[in-house]
Amino acid sequence: MQFVKSDINFDFIGKKQSAFILSLLMIAITLASLAIHKGPRYGIDFAGGTLIQAKFSSTVDLNTIQAGLKTAGLENSSVQLFGDSAANEYLIRTERSEKKSEGLSSKVSAALAEASGATVEISRFEMVGPQVGKDLREKALKAMFFALLFITIYISGRFESEWIKSGIMAGLLISAVVFAHNIFAYFKWDVGIGYLIAVALIVTLALFWVLQLKYAMGAIVALIHDVMITIGVFSILDLEFTLPIIAALLTIIGYSLNDTIIVFDRIRENLKKYRKESSAVIINKSINETISRTILTSLTTLMVVITLFFLGGGIIHDFAFAMIIGVLIGTYSSIFVASPILLAWQKTSAKF
Amino acid sequence: MKKFSWKIGVVAAIIIIAFIYILPTIGMVLKGETEPGLWPHKKINLGLDLQGGMHLILEVDTDKAVESTVERISQEMRSLLKKKHIRHGGVDRIETVKIEAKISGSENIDRFRKLLDEDFKELRIVSENTDADALTIILDLPDEETAYIKKSAAEQALEKIRNRIDQFGVSEPDIRNQGERRILIQLPGVKDTDRAKDLIGKTALLEFKLLNETHDVDAALKGDIPPGSEILYQIKKDPNTKRVQKTPFLVKKRTLLSGDYLTEARVQIDNQYNEPHVSIKFNKKGGRLFERITAENVKKRLAIVLDDRIYSAPVIQEKISGGEARITGRFTHEEAHDLAIILRAGALPAPVNIIEERTVGPSLGIESIRKGILSIMVGGILVIVFMVIYYKGAGLIADIALILNIILIAGGLAAFQATLTLPGIAGIILTIGMAVDANVLIFERIREEMRLGRTPRSAVDAGYERATLTILDANVTTLIAALVLFQFGTGAVKGFAVTLSLGVLASLFTALFVSRMIFDYFLSGRKIKQLSI
Repeated sequence: MQFVKSDINFDFIGKKQSAFILSLLMIAITLASLAIHKGPRYGIDFAGGTLIQAKFSSTVDLNTIQAGLKTAGLENSSVQLFGDSAANEYLIRTERSEKKSEGLSSKVSAALAEASGATVEISRFEMVGPQVGKDLREKALKAMFFALLFITIYISGRFESEWIKSGIMAGLLISAVVFAHNIFAYFKWDVGIGYLIAVALIVTLALFWVLQLKYAMGAIVALIHDVMITIGVFSILDLEFTLPIIAALLTIIGYSLNDTIIVFDRIRENLKKYRKESSAVIINKSINETISRTILTSLTTLMVVITLFFLGGGIIHDFAFAMIIGVLIGTYSSIFVASPILLAWQKTSAKF
Repeated sequence: MKKFSWKIGVVAAIIIIAFIYILPTIGMVLKGETEPGLWPHKKINLGLDLQGGMHLILEVDTDKAVESTVERISQEMRSLLKKKHIRHGGVDRIETVKIEAKISGSENIDRFRKLLDEDFKELRIVSENTDADALTIILDLPDEETAYIKKSAAEQALEKIRNRIDQFGVSEPDIRNQGERRILIQLPGVKDTDRAKDLIGKTALLEFKLLNETHDVDAALKGDIPPGSEILYQIKKDPNTKRVQKTPFLVKKRTLLSGDYLTEARVQIDNQYNEPHVSIKFNKKGGRLFERITAENVKKRLAIVLDDRIYSAPVIQEKISGGEARITGRFTHEEAHDLAIILRAGALPAPVNIIEERTVGPSLGIESIRKGILSIMVGGILVIVFMVIYYKGAGLIADIALILNIILIAGGLAAFQATLTLPGIAGIILTIGMAVDANVLIFERIREEMRLGRTPRSAVDAGYERATLTILDANVTTLIAALVLFQFGTGAVKGFAVTLSLGVLASLFTALFVSRMIFDYFLSGRKIKQLSI
C-alpha cells in the first residue's frame, strides 16, 4: 500500500511565498491573541489558586453550585462542566490559595451537598500558592530555554559537522544570556526570565547568521514557529497553560524536529549526488522524495494522540490537543518553513 | 547465521530481563496482592494521581524560628539580670530579630558588660550608644548562627512531621526536603485529607500560662490590654449542633511550662461523661516545674494553650505533684487521638504553611488508569493494524518491535523504581506512535532502494544503513527534550519525562536491533525474491 506515489513531483518550493504569508499570518494572530488576552492564560499551576473537581450524585445546575460556593466563601469562582454531562462532574476554579487551606475541601463539599441536595465527592483538590506558581513558571521557562539551547547545540554540531562552531556558539550564547541578565539586574529591571529567553533567541539567530550555520537556522526557526503557533491556538481558544501543556510543548520541540531532520538529511545526500542542479531543484526533489515518510510518521503519531484526545479523559485532554496541533504544525513547518529558509540562505550568500 | 548469533544473545537477554522485572507486577495484579511476591520484588509504582492520595509542599517559616530564639534569649537575659540584681531600663526584642537593652549607672553597665561576655558570647553587637550615664545597646545573632537556626529548624520540622505521619499510620509515605525550607510530603491512599493536614500542619506548641484575673476581659477587648498580657480565645465546637463558641481570655504572656518537657501523651476516656481527653505526662524536670507552679498559684486559673488557642483554663485546686495533667476540650475520638500523636512527636520549631496541595480521590485514580489502559489498547491496535495494512509482512515485524517496546518500558519502570503517572501513561501512548516512526523510515528507504532495482538483501542492508543516522538524530532531539523535562519537571510531569525517555531508548533498540535481526533471519540462507513490504 502506498499513499503517496513514488514518482511524485510537486512544486513545494514554488509555494513558499504563500506558505511564508500563511506562517506570518498565523504568528501575527498568535501575537495579537496574546496581546488581547494579556499574555497566556495560566492555569493554577502557574498563577496560583485552587481547583476543585466535584462529582454530584444527581443532576445540578450551575446556579445551584455557585450558590453553594457562596456559602463556602468562594464567590468569585468559575464553574465548568467536566467531561460528559451525564457524569455530573464539575471543575471549580478560584484564585484563592490560602496558606492554611484547612478544611476548605470538606467545607466546599458540605456546602455543595447542602445547596444541591445530592451527595458530593471531591475527586480532585489542587491548591498552588502564589510563590509556588511563580517558581513553576520560572522552571517551565527555564526548561524551554535549556531544551532549545541543547537542541541548538546538537543540531548545529550534527548537521554542519562542525562541533567547534557549535561549541563557540554555545559559549557565546551563554555569555550573552549572562550578560543580559547582569544588565537587567544592574538597572534593576525585574523583567523575569521571559525576556531573557527572547534575548537568547535573537542572539541564537544572529549567531547562526554570523557562523553560517544554515541548517541549524532552518531547524530552529521552524521549531520556534511550531511552538509559537501551538501557544497561539491555545490562546485563541482560551485554554489554560498547565504543567502538562509545558510537557507537550517540550515534546513538540523534540518531535517537530524529526520531520525536519528527515528532509535535511536527504538534502545533504542529494547535494552530493546532484552537484550540477540548482539548490532550489535539489531541495524540492528532497522534499518530494521524503514526503511519504514525513506524512506517515506524523500519521502514526497523530493516530495515538487523537486516541488519547478522545479516550484519555478530561485531565489529559488539553495535553493531547496540544500534541495534535504540534504534530500538524511540525509537519507543515518542516516542508514549508525549514527548507525555504535553507534556500533563502543560498540566495543571500554565495556558499551553500 | 553465526554472524549475528551474539546479537541474538544480547537481545534475548535484554528482553528476558525486562520480563523478569514485569512479572512481579503482573503477579500482584492477578492475585490482588499489595506487595510483589515474586523475585526481584520490584513493582511498577503508581503515582498519586493514579492510586489516589495527597501531595503537599510545606514551607517552614524559618524566620519565626530565629524570632523565637531571639525572644528566648531576651527572656533569659531579663531573668539573669533580675537574678544578679542588675537594674535595667528594659530588655526588649525590636525589629523582630534584635535585642535592645537599656542600662543606666556605671556600675550596672560594667556588670552588664561582664554578663554579656560570659553568658551571651554568641550575640553580636550591632550598635551601642552611651548618653551621659545611660547605655543603649542593640544586639543580634551573627549571620552564620541565623543560617544555622534556619537550617536546623527545617531539619527538625521534617523529623517531627515524619514522626507524626509514622504514628498516624500511612503506608509508604514519602517525606523529604525540597530546597532549603520546603518539605515535600506524599501520602498515598489518604482519604480524610483535612485530618491529615491538621496532623501535619499544626505547630503543636503547648504552653501553660496564668490568666490575668486582676484585669477585666471586656476592657481588654476594647483595647485596654495591660502590658505583659494578651487576649487568647477558647474555641469550642459542639459535635452535635456544630455550633462554634468563642470565649476570650486575658492571659499573661509569660510561658510557665511548655510541651518540651513532655514524655507521654495518651487518649483517655472520662468515666463521668464518656468523653475522650488527652492525658500528658512530664519528665522529671517538667514534673518539678509543674509542682512548683501549681504550689505557687493555688486558686488561680492556669490556661492550657496549644498554638495560641486555649483548650481549658481550670482553677488550680492544690499543688499537683507527679507531673501529670490532662487536656480536655470536647474532643471527638479522632481529634483526641491526633492531638496525642502531635504532642508525643513534639512541637515544630517553626510554623509551617501549606504552599501546594494536590489531592486525588481513589475513584478518579482508578478511572484514570482505566482510561489510560483503554487509550493504550486502542491507539496500539490502530497503529498495529495500520502497519500491517500498509507494510504487510514488514509491518508485522514493526508490530513485534512495538510490542517489545512496551514490554521494555514496563520493565524499565520496574527496574528503575520509577513512578508511573497519568502523564506517564500519555508518554507510553506517544511512544507507541513514535516507535514505529523509526521502522517507517527504514521501510520507506528499503522500498526506495528496491525501486532502484536492488535485491531484497541489499535493499534491506542499504535501508538500515542509510536510515540509521536519521533515526538517531530524530530520537536524540526528543531525548534531549525529555531529559530537560525530567530535570525541571515536578510530580506527575516528571513521570511523563520518564516514560518518554524510556520509550525513545527502547524504540531505538527495537528498531535498530530487533527488527533488523528478524529481517536477517528471514533473508539469511534463503533466496527470497520478493520482500513483503
